Amino acid sequence: MSMSIPPAEAALPRFRRDPAGTHPPLLSPDYRSTRLRAPLKAPVDLPQRMTEVTGPVFGDGLVHADDADLTRGYAEEPAGQRIIVCGRLIDGDGRPIPRSLVEIWQANAAGRYRHDRDNWPAPLDPNFDGMGRTLTDDEGRYAFTTVKPGAYPWKNHHNAWRPAHIHFSLCGRSFTQRLVTQMYFPDDPLFGQDPIFNSVPQAARNRMIAAFSLTDTRPDWALAFNFDIVLRGSEATPFDPERS
Amino acid sequence: MTTLLSTPSQTVGPFLSIGLTWERAEYVVPEGTPGSFWIRGRLLDGAGEPVPDGLIETWQADPYGNLGHSVPPVRPAGGGGSGFGGFGRAMTGPDGQYGLLTVKPGRVTDAAGGWQAPHLDVSVFARGLLHRVVLRIYFADEAEANSADPVLCSLPDDAARATLVARPNGDGGYILDIRLQGARETVFFAV
Ligand SMILES: [Fe+3]
Repeated sequence: MSMSIPPAEAALPRFRRDPAGTHPPLLSPDYRSTRLRAPLKAPVDLPQRMTEVTGPVFGDGLVHADDADLTRGYAEEPAGQRIIVCGRLIDGDGRPIPRSLVEIWQANAAGRYRHDRDNWPAPLDPNFDGMGRTLTDDEGRYAFTTVKPGAYPWKNHHNAWRPAHIHFSLCGRSFTQRLVTQMYFPDDPLFGQDPIFNSVPQAARNRMIAAFSLTDTRPDWALAFNFDIVLRGSEATPFDPERS
Repeated sequence: MTTLLSTPSQTVGPFLSIGLTWERAEYVVPEGTPGSFWIRGRLLDGAGEPVPDGLIETWQADPYGNLGHSVPPVRPAGGGGSGFGGFGRAMTGPDGQYGLLTVKPGRVTDAAGGWQAPHLDVSVFARGLLHRVVLRIYFADEAEANSADPVLCSLPDDAARATLVARPNGDGGYILDIRLQGARETVFFAV
């Protein structure tokens, strides 16, 4: 049987599957909410076609420069330790992903989210909403100014506390590269008891931990943490219909 | 060539709406767009209970089958700009309901020079999902195209296919419930 591939199809990139040991299993029973929400059937392989290897491109009109500074926009500065979180969005081949949407959200310095369903007795901060957005620059770099989020308790198990973290959402270049993750801070004593952090296979966990950076720390202003984010790289080999 | 390992996935957690809400993001096309309709449904867990802290995110071709790089990609979801972005986001409500206003995508080619049936690619995020799950939404009134679609044809049986096919709801829109777990679990894809 002969196959001819439409030229537009043949020219499209294909994205490598992440090797085993990269992502957490959907069913991670220590994180209780996975028990009824994790699909139990094996996923079906979806060939990467036009829909999968394209994705939305976000224009400059989408985000404002202020959206990357979570300490602005209110009457006063938020409480807590001011920090800069910066890094590069790159693919598995080491190439920067420019002009790509980065969205973050986090608790305030006391560990409280500005959300209806977060009602544990820690103070809301009238000067902090905990949401930031930016587009990466031409070299794939991004930077946010924010405050260090506090740890917070949750009901997963007795005396459960989430390590300090910032939620990150990345769109990359294509549907295949879409990723939501969490950034953690170095040496957090709460790692050991956190089933969400520990759902990730051990060897991959340190890829979620930012590094303190004296280089990016701004004198007399804010400590900096580097967090580079790696999205799936492209297949090195040309598309082969016999293997698809 | 450098090979770097990917950053691992984590759950969006219960407070995803803080970071992932955009005004009118559920409007893939503006209201009043000719041919536009609502796709609605519920996101359900393994006990059949609604998932109120989930996000349904869609990506699709325009009515002529153009995607992403081949169209002027002028706006994100919803609000304001002109043109067709192809991208939509809908938070689930307290009853697990999502809704997206869109138009039917055109057909795009498959690898063998044939045509895929009209479809949306969908990512589902939620508290309790440590990684997104991926499905496609097809349309029940595209029976002929669906019967030749290589992805639908690769599924084991009609029951599996039915989990991905949105049904007309009688007023021009479509309904598809997404079941994360259980006897009628939606078919999810590894992409
Ligand atoms: Fe959180």
